[in-house]
Amino acid sequence: MAECGASGSGSSGDSLDKSITLPPDEIFRNLENAKRFAIDIGGSLTKLAYYSTVQHKVARVRSFDHSDKDTEQDHEPPYEISVQEEVTARLHFVKFENTYIEACLDFIKDHLVNTETKVIQATGGGAYKFKDLIEEKLQLKVDKEDVMTCLIKGCNFVLKNIPHEAFMYQKGSNPEFRFQTNHPSVFPYLLVSIGSGVSIVKVGPGSWETTGLCSALLSTGCMSEPCQAQVETEDRFEWIGGSSIGGGTFWGLGALLTKTKKFDELLHLASRGQHTNVDMLVQDIYGGAHQTLGLSGNLIASSFGKSATADTEFSKEDMAKSLLHMISNDIGQLACLYARLHCLDRVYFGGFFIRGHPVTMRTITYSINFFSKGEVQALFLRHEGYLGAIGAFLKGAEQDNPNQYSWEENYAGSSGLMSSSPELCPTQRPRSGTFDLLEMDRLERPLVNLPLLLDPSSYVPDTVDLTDDALARKYWLTCFEEALDGVVKRAVASQPGSVDAAERAEKFRQKYWNKLQTLRQQPFAYGTLTVRSLLDTREHCLNEFNFPDPYSKVKQKDNGVALKCFQRVIHSLDALGWEERQLALVKGLLAGNVFDWGAKAVSDVLESDPQFGFEEAKRKLQERPWLVDSYSKWLQRLKGPPHKCALIFADNSGVDVILGVFPFVRELLSRGTEVILACNSGPALNDVTYSESLIVAERIAAMDPVVRSALGEGRLLLMQTGSSSPCLDLSRLDKGLAVLVRERGADLVVIEGMGRAVHTNYHAALRCESLKLAVIKNSWLAERLGGRLFSVIFKYEVPAE
Amino acid sequence: MGAGRLGAPMERHWGVSASSVREPAPGGPDGRRREPLRRRANSASASAVGASASAEGVRRDRPGSYSGATSASRQRVESLRKKRPLFPWFGLDIGGTLVKLVYFEPKDITAEEEEEEVESLKSIRKYLTSNVAYGSTGIRDVHLELKDLTLCGRKGNLHFIRFPTHDMPAFIQMGRDKNFSSLHTVFCATGGGAYKFEQDFLTIGDLQLCKLDELDCLIKGILYIDSVGFNGRSQCYYFENPADSEKCQKLPFDLRNPYPLLLVNIGSGVSILAVYSKDNYKRVTGTSLGGGTFFGLCCLLTGCTTFEEALEMASRGDSTKVDKLVRDIYGGDYERFGLPGWAVASSFGNMMSKEKREAVSKEDLARATLITITNNIGSIARMCALNENINQVVFVGNFLRINTIAMRLLAYALDYWSKGQLKALFSEHEGWCDRMYGRDINMSATLIRFFRVILELLEHSLSY
Repeated sequence: MAECGASGSGSSGDSLDKSITLPPDEIFRNLENAKRFAIDIGGSLTKLAYYSTVQHKVARVRSFDHSDKDTEQDHEPPYEISVQEEVTARLHFVKFENTYIEACLDFIKDHLVNTETKVIQATGGGAYKFKDLIEEKLQLKVDKEDVMTCLIKGCNFVLKNIPHEAFMYQKGSNPEFRFQTNHPSVFPYLLVSIGSGVSIVKVGPGSWETTGLCSALLSTGCMSEPCQAQVETEDRFEWIGGSSIGGGTFWGLGALLTKTKKFDELLHLASRGQHTNVDMLVQDIYGGAHQTLGLSGNLIASSFGKSATADTEFSKEDMAKSLLHMISNDIGQLACLYARLHCLDRVYFGGFFIRGHPVTMRTITYSINFFSKGEVQALFLRHEGYLGAIGAFLKGAEQDNPNQYSWEENYAGSSGLMSSSPELCPTQRPRSGTFDLLEMDRLERPLVNLPLLLDPSSYVPDTVDLTDDALARKYWLTCFEEALDGVVKRAVASQPGSVDAAERAEKFRQKYWNKLQTLRQQPFAYGTLTVRSLLDTREHCLNEFNFPDPYSKVKQKDNGVALKCFQRVIHSLDALGWEERQLALVKGLLAGNVFDWGAKAVSDVLESDPQFGFEEAKRKLQERPWLVDSYSKWLQRLKGPPHKCALIFADNSGVDVILGVFPFVRELLSRGTEVILACNSGPALNDVTYSESLIVAERIAAMDPVVRSALGEGRLLLMQTGSSSPCLDLSRLDKGLAVLVRERGADLVVIEGMGRAVHTNYHAALRCESLKLAVIKNSWLAERLGGRLFSVIFKYEVPAE
Repeated sequence: MGAGRLGAPMERHWGVSASSVREPAPGGPDGRRREPLRRRANSASASAVGASASAEGVRRDRPGSYSGATSASRQRVESLRKKRPLFPWFGLDIGGTLVKLVYFEPKDITAEEEEEEVESLKSIRKYLTSNVAYGSTGIRDVHLELKDLTLCGRKGNLHFIRFPTHDMPAFIQMGRDKNFSSLHTVFCATGGGAYKFEQDFLTIGDLQLCKLDELDCLIKGILYIDSVGFNGRSQCYYFENPADSEKCQKLPFDLRNPYPLLLVNIGSGVSILAVYSKDNYKRVTGTSLGGGTFFGLCCLLTGCTTFEEALEMASRGDSTKVDKLVRDIYGGDYERFGLPGWAVASSFGNMMSKEKREAVSKEDLARATLITITNNIGSIARMCALNENINQVVFVGNFLRINTIAMRLLAYALDYWSKGQLKALFSEHEGWCDRMYGRDINMSATLIRFFRVILELLEHSLSY
């Protein structure tokens, strides 16, 4: 990680440090394409936001012209791959200490190429103070935005777009951070912003329906499908109260009492103090607990109650601690009173008083729990420090309508959990100076919930929470570390013509290795740690170093080989009796699923034995009864009326999709069931992508009349999931897919593969019938589930009436 | 067992001679000495317990309770059944900081009684009534003395004595040395110390405390006093135009229909009670930011040593130098949120700046502390009133004693932020004080509780 000057964070005063040299690769990335700026200048930290475009290499697949079919040779691949440049949009957020502001502005001026930008949106208390400096340095007009409006826009943005944004903090429990999954009915909520004072606002639709009328049950605006009007109402807020006792009180009064000038130092003092020396406790008055009132003896009866004496000297630490308790308790109490008055049970906290400091999160959480008796949840935000900058940016970008898109946190370019001084949080890894980064990628299409989820608000995609499960965490981190060499090798091999592939691959290795080490130290750095997040982080890092699709060639070859076997497989299936065929189809699906380059046990076999094929895979499979086996129930169901429409999430390229999924699809089509085949929008491992699936379907249609007519008549539809992950989050799916699912009245969901049906969605409850099938290609996981390598999961579920 | 002997241990334990403690105080209108300055944060009455908060829903209606009675104490209780309580009549309110002792001095002692009166009783009476200071820390508030009071058929004077809670062990030791237990009296006690020192009273002094629940005492005391109505006047008042020092005036409030009532008792900490009837009330919440916080912070920030001194400093200070106001941030009102420019945006917010820290006086800091604590209590009380759907809020407690700034601020803040929906009421005993001394003293929760203690004592005697 780059160093940012020698001055360090210990330097005091408001003097600006000009001597630093900024590491542009790390800090202000993509500045040359930056076109829209916003800045949020707080009391000590500056947050800069800009919109930029990123050029990526992407692997595109294109069908050959088959006008001359006869020339098709055996060795010829089924389609061609070309690497193209693609431009995607990205939001960059950089957080740094105010002392660096001038150096940063200089840096931006020197690197800013785009001259269309005329205005910079500014918010925060420091916006006024630095207005002239910004205007002079950047030659941009400073447009001041309302602090609270920005805060709320930013808050809504992160709550909508970052799945594990909000968390509860529980000191001493394991894990200390408990992330909330995105709640579709987040509105209205209470936001308590603790700056120098405290503002309490109610956000979202219904926020104008004032005070205390609980009867007015507020519509649960489905946040997953924002239309513009809805976004506007979501950004509405009402200031319902506040308090003058806030961060400024802690800082100001703390400075008077302890002669300590810096906020962070005060917190540090507080973290070492004993408040019981300064506060009068219940037991100091009662000699113990107050039984009739149910007040325990160690509760504070009177803050600073013991300091009413001239005889005693009090330590700075003790006074700071007492002050922290006094203020946190007071804020927590008021927050609970307001929450109760407005019938809300979730309170989000933000502002510089919180800023990820464990000590303040702890005291606030304690206070909320105490005063609400556990009925109100205190929630904090991973990107709390960025809310103002995000909001200001969104305000300035309104004409581009950024809320119509879905965004995704880029794990490769983001620093993870918010910054706090390392002293206060010793587990925090050393970071790039005092710079902290967040990058958000704009997704091509908006993402929404799968309409078939039984209860979107309780849906959790991931099966195992690795922040919770230390044993599993250790295993998977090691597993990903061990697989890294292979991934690097594969990445280099995928770009034989590139001169710098080895160098980039090495950078990728370093980056991903560092992420894994961070996650070992701080499992909660990017939200809940899961196998999915580990996989996604790897994909993001690969992309970052321009390895968009390391498996493109492998997939191409596998698809070619499998296509050649298709007709033979179909013939042998068609020769079977009905009941035999059903089992053969399912076995085919499962055998196809063995072909997973993401699983080390399989990739080792595939690397060493190129002849390993469909039949070999079938032999690997566990015999019935399977580890999870509801096949009989499924067979029984098939004897009944056909499903109206099946939604199938496919997994791997090659044998899996062509010899496993398509025959199964073909059977469903023959039964009169419509089929929506959903594949990833972007590449991940050897998973079949949407564009690949189009070509594969086209080639199969050329061979098979059933598929051909179904495609022609719109009974077989190929759709993209909106995802580029080997796993599947049913709460973030392509909107087009969701619309189609609703239109066609899908009544069966088939989820295939370990990533989509075991690591995720194993427990997902749907409103319709579902089939989750996978082959366990990892012996550790198999053992955990009570089976062995190549155990079979066949889970057919029918929702309760 | 003469007076001297009773006095001696007190001297020994409580320190040097009385006169050295007392400081000249500005004389009251009646020329009497006012309260001595050496007074701590006043009754840290345990009922005003702070952060502790929310024993919500715990409705209590228990009067004083005897617990763990020994055979000796049972005898005493038995004896109560037969006749009116034996002298001496004591009541104790043991707070976190101060112990308040009330003593009824019978003035109608017959010769026969005088004859029968044991020596120790006589010496106690003489000791207590002939001194105004006891040891180095015990003080009798002469100006509070109630003369010619008829209690339970006896005429006499009621004396108010206080000493710091940390001298409680010495007091108990004295009780043991003087063999108080032989007097067959009942010590009615309230406040947190009634719990804290109960065991010590029993094991060291062989004295059984009759513990009275302080919140119970407080509420019944207030209601009793209001129902009695001294000189036919209302005991509740409110402020008209509290923000305007010219036009501000106190007006009586008829608390004929007192329920529901939000009672905010501000001692060292703050307890907030919702009162629905004499016997039906609950503690809604509390805050640890109370009188003790004001005084404690003032001691640290200004080096003051008494509550009176802290208040006096506050009266001369300017809090706007210390606090960051809305207008300091927005240049005026913040219309978007409907916040007036004069509202405090951040208490002590200006003190984040070194220059401003250097520019403030101790008086400014004392004032800011007072404003911060008072506003916060007002804010919490307002939210509780809204949540409980109660619109009359009575503020009592020692924090408000001689603290007009705080009372007027509470009155104004409640009125302003509730848009006139809530009324801040204060309890006073002007009539009573008038009669006695012609002075205006806010009836403190402690005094109210004294009444209750006495009443309890009498109730016990009468019912038996």
